[in-house]
Amino acid sequence: MLLLLTLLVPLVFALLLCAVPSGKTGLHKTLATVGSVVAFGVSLALWFSFDKTNPGFQFTTNWMWIPSLDIGFRLGIDGMSLLMVVLTTFIFPIAIIASYDSIRDRQKMYYIMILLLQFGLLGVFVSLDTFLFYIFWEVVLIPMYFLIGIWGGKDRIYAAMKFFLYTMAGSLLMLVAIIYLGQYGQNGGFTGDMQKLMTIAPTIPMDAQQWLFLAFALSFCIKVPLFPLHTWLSDAHTQAPTAGSVILAGVMLKMGTYGLIRFNLQLFPQASLHYADLIAVLSVIGIIYGALVAMVQTDIKKLVAYSSVAHMGFVTLGIFSMTAEGVQGAVLQMVNHGLSTGMLFLLIGVIYERRHTREMSEFGGLAKSMPVYATFFFIAVLASVGLPGLNGFVGEYLTLIGAYLSDHLGSKLYAVVAASGVILAAVYLLILFQKMFFGPLAKSENSTLKDLTGREIGMFVPIVILCLWIGFQPNTFLSVSETSSRAVVGVIEGLKGENRYADVAAARLNPNAPPKPVPVQGMENMKIAPPGTPLPPSPVPMPSSTKEPIRVKVPAGGGQVQLPPPKR
Amino acid sequence: MVSTFLPFILLLPLAGFVINGIFGKKLNSERLSGLIGASAVGIGFILSVAIFIELLGLSPDARSVGVNLADWITAGQFSVGFSYLVDPLSVIFLLVITGVGTLIHIYSMGYMHGDPGFSRFFAYLNLFIFMMLNLVLADNLLLTFLGWEGVGLCSFLLIGFWYDRKFEGVGIAWTGDAAKKAFVVNRIGDLGMLIGMFILFSQFGTLNYGQLTQVLSSGAFFPGGSDLLTAAALCLFVGACGKSAQIPLGVWLPDAMAGPTPVSALIHAATMVTAGIFLISRNATLFTLSPTAMAVVTVVAAATALIAATVGLVQNDIKKVLAYSTVSQLGFMFVALGVGAFTAAVFHVVTHAFFKALLFLGSGSVIHGMHEEQDMQKMGGLKKYMPQTYKTYLIGAIAIAGIFPLSGFFSKDEILYHAFNDGGPVLWVIGAVAAFCTAFYMFRSVYLTFDGKERFDHHHVHPHESPASMTIPLWILAVLSVVGGFLGLPAIFGEHIHLLHSWLEPVFAPAYKFYSQHHASHTTELVLMVVSLCIGIAGILLARRVYIQKPGTADKMAAQFPVVHKLLWHKWYMDEVYEVGVVKFIWVTSQSFLYRIFDKKIIDGILHGLANATGAAGRGLRQLQTGVVTNYVTLFVLGILIIVGYLILG
Repeated sequence: MLLLLTLLVPLVFALLLCAVPSGKTGLHKTLATVGSVVAFGVSLALWFSFDKTNPGFQFTTNWMWIPSLDIGFRLGIDGMSLLMVVLTTFIFPIAIIASYDSIRDRQKMYYIMILLLQFGLLGVFVSLDTFLFYIFWEVVLIPMYFLIGIWGGKDRIYAAMKFFLYTMAGSLLMLVAIIYLGQYGQNGGFTGDMQKLMTIAPTIPMDAQQWLFLAFALSFCIKVPLFPLHTWLSDAHTQAPTAGSVILAGVMLKMGTYGLIRFNLQLFPQASLHYADLIAVLSVIGIIYGALVAMVQTDIKKLVAYSSVAHMGFVTLGIFSMTAEGVQGAVLQMVNHGLSTGMLFLLIGVIYERRHTREMSEFGGLAKSMPVYATFFFIAVLASVGLPGLNGFVGEYLTLIGAYLSDHLGSKLYAVVAASGVILAAVYLLILFQKMFFGPLAKSENSTLKDLTGREIGMFVPIVILCLWIGFQPNTFLSVSETSSRAVVGVIEGLKGENRYADVAAARLNPNAPPKPVPVQGMENMKIAPPGTPLPPSPVPMPSSTKEPIRVKVPAGGGQVQLPPPKR
Repeated sequence: MVSTFLPFILLLPLAGFVINGIFGKKLNSERLSGLIGASAVGIGFILSVAIFIELLGLSPDARSVGVNLADWITAGQFSVGFSYLVDPLSVIFLLVITGVGTLIHIYSMGYMHGDPGFSRFFAYLNLFIFMMLNLVLADNLLLTFLGWEGVGLCSFLLIGFWYDRKFEGVGIAWTGDAAKKAFVVNRIGDLGMLIGMFILFSQFGTLNYGQLTQVLSSGAFFPGGSDLLTAAALCLFVGACGKSAQIPLGVWLPDAMAGPTPVSALIHAATMVTAGIFLISRNATLFTLSPTAMAVVTVVAAATALIAATVGLVQNDIKKVLAYSTVSQLGFMFVALGVGAFTAAVFHVVTHAFFKALLFLGSGSVIHGMHEEQDMQKMGGLKKYMPQTYKTYLIGAIAIAGIFPLSGFFSKDEILYHAFNDGGPVLWVIGAVAAFCTAFYMFRSVYLTFDGKERFDHHHVHPHESPASMTIPLWILAVLSVVGGFLGLPAIFGEHIHLLHSWLEPVFAPAYKFYSQHHASHTTELVLMVVSLCIGIAGILLARRVYIQKPGTADKMAAQFPVVHKLLWHKWYMDEVYEVGVVKFIWVTSQSFLYRIFDKKIIDGILHGLANATGAAGRGLRQLQTGVVTNYVTLFVLGILIIVGYLILG
């Protein structure tokens, strides 16, 4: 019920707002703020009652919606979804508070749109039914389209259309894939139940898996965005209002990476192994390309937008390393990027409100006139650069070491080349910082700028605390998703005959069995088998519907490995 | 006691950073800010001495204490904690950092007097100390990396401390440019370190120094070593090159002089730049297992020592001379590492920390007294005005020139001795030439600054001696520069007289398991010693001849060999090569190809093409909907004919 409550709070407040007359702008702000804060509070309750050791989905609801097609209102979360939910509920109050002064017209509609957006985003992260997921996925699109199109900058119509068409193209393919996937339901029937599909999907023939993988991946990778599908992002970011950019970077991009883990890795493990190199290569290109293009931007917001392409490249690389370290790093990096890039967009919003320009050359020497602002900006820059002791480092490091350790990726070079992104990140972000804050106060407009107000400091302090917390004690967050990451990775490793995380993976696929507590902390020593060692039999349990053992190609071991017949 | 004191040593500077960083403006008291900053480090020094004494009381094999303060990162099989290692090697660095650090904090209270950013300065200095201590006390590579990047950050902040001042250099116009350059070049080195960590972790499943050394010294990799070990060692060396300013990553250090002079003394001479030496000493076993890596270290180091020394010959900025001297001396230390003389390298780190900090602080005192003037051509005859500064600076110069019995003589001589024994005569000659240049340019700076004609403008500049808060640290460092050499007396003075050697023996013992050093006779040692002393004296005498006895010789020489002079003056054009070959190249490619053509024209072009094609198709099809019935009937009949035709013929 707690989960349902978290999901519904923004919707309820959006409906409440509809009832408030348009003139009462103060009430709009208050209601929206209260709604988002309540949602955050409820999600905190969720956080504290969540069982980290349980590899299954928790807080589940399962209400039939279209019984003939086995489509239902199914909700539930694991560790990764919980992190995404809390990230969402954390970012929204801040985004709303940031809009107080910058949004002047049609305030009522604005706050309704924001709350609807939150409802849609939360829905995406908590759905356990493919159709429900699709509906929430599309729900997100509409308020964001209006946010950019109505409250955006000069080229807002172009940006909103581009954003909409890009995403639509991907999501329609996803719809086709969802329908096709549903046909594989038990006993030839249709299903939208993702938990059922998780047990069924690995038995889908490889060619069908590949097509399904590609359809889902295209849709998700547009959202991430993965190179070369990123060109909507810079326009959407530059034209969106501050809160729009914050939500876009902070939460919306994570829909893509979340989908990649939830659907692609978990439903099509064989196809994931097959396409891992493709995505890894694109991620690495994205990391370098995004950084190089960010480097030459003169518009601050565009610079940060392109930096997102680079940062999200680390996430996709980590995911498709398909190691526990890489996936854990990716999940944490999703949170990190939300915090640090979200904060950068907030900071840009602050200066835009004061100077109505985002051209880097218009600034310089701001460290003198706005020292507090400069300090917060510098912290955000450092978090983004991936300085150890702040959040970005932990995520990037884990994704990179995951990619390096991965047996599933074709080359160690991915990690090595991607790591050079740390140099480029320092280049473009320090150029940005130095041009804005160092040097003399050349422009007279800049010398009289007001430093941060109490409200603005209040927005940044929680983010900074979280950045430092994740930097020094990331286990608070890593331990939440550790079990889920192991469950995802366990299935894939099982296909290759490794069994480090097999019990976790099995426990997730078989929710009826008594949950086995899984140790989260502590270190087991890596065992590196010498080449030529015969692979141990895979302990991955077969779903009950399987009639024949699957044959999986194991390139490393040479021959083919027969998986044991189902236990039940 | 170690585990009780260590958290304080680490956390006091952090607390100082937080207090001065957040409340410094509110305190609004230089005395209080300075006191907080200096005592945070000073107490740390006292506690460090206590730890040192406790370790002394233990048996040599027991002098290694681990302290685990907290967990850090755990994911999958990867696990690393905030765990620290106090052993003979880290204690030496600990003492140097807190000891010299305290002196420089005290000095800064005088030097930064009146600066609007006074408390900010002390906040940064304390943060630096915290990060540096993490670097050397860590028991695993990742925690070292935290400190490693952290000191880089502080270096950035402190180089750009006077962020609205101009600073000249290739591609540099403001201090901020120099700060950015330092950070970015260091990050190139950090990339090497990251990759080195990946290799080591994937091979051994741990980043813990103790465990790594244990596995490596188990004999599994000897003989033969492995290419991956060489790769890992070289990657770590790239990191070391970045931080310790070795070729080709040394270009940032001379520009780092844009920061206040105490920063140059603390970070860019005494402590941070020796992090590379620490890293390699810590992983000595890894390096001795890879002869290739050792050879690469030696070659790079020798080239750096020589090239930097030659550049130092012609610079006019007093801090630039010292900067190139630092690069060159770091090269000496790496030469020692490259030939397996780890103790000698650490020894030189210690003595260099004394005399180079002394020289930098001395130059700072001069700059302070000369109203921010750094050009030695506009000084001269200052010994009359600042006798304390002159005397201490002279002591530092004698020490670095390698004159018996000052500290520099012993440490440099030990390195040259090992270079001769384990590296061969060529390496020794390179070292000797660099040592000669060192003696020459150091005394050139002494004579140009303190001797000869007064070349400054008497109307505007009134040189004066610095306050006691500055001269007392100078004298303490001067004393240390004189006596520091007794930490490591050579074997000809007696058996087991090299204190540092016996102290560090347990740390480096595993590294020597598969690596043996040559030992020469006492006669050879004595001959080398006398020769290196003569080289130092010769350098000093030449400088005296050129700058005191026959002033003007230098200009004549420059005019006679314009090519050489230009080459040295432009620092072998290394900055220019980077600026044009790397920075401009990447910039132009990114801007005119990646962004303007690939992103805007190709990707968006395809998308706009698709959108336009869809629109065009719609417009095209609309033409069919004419609303004229005859057209529809015609098409209808045509369609039927085609279908019938297909059915008959097909």
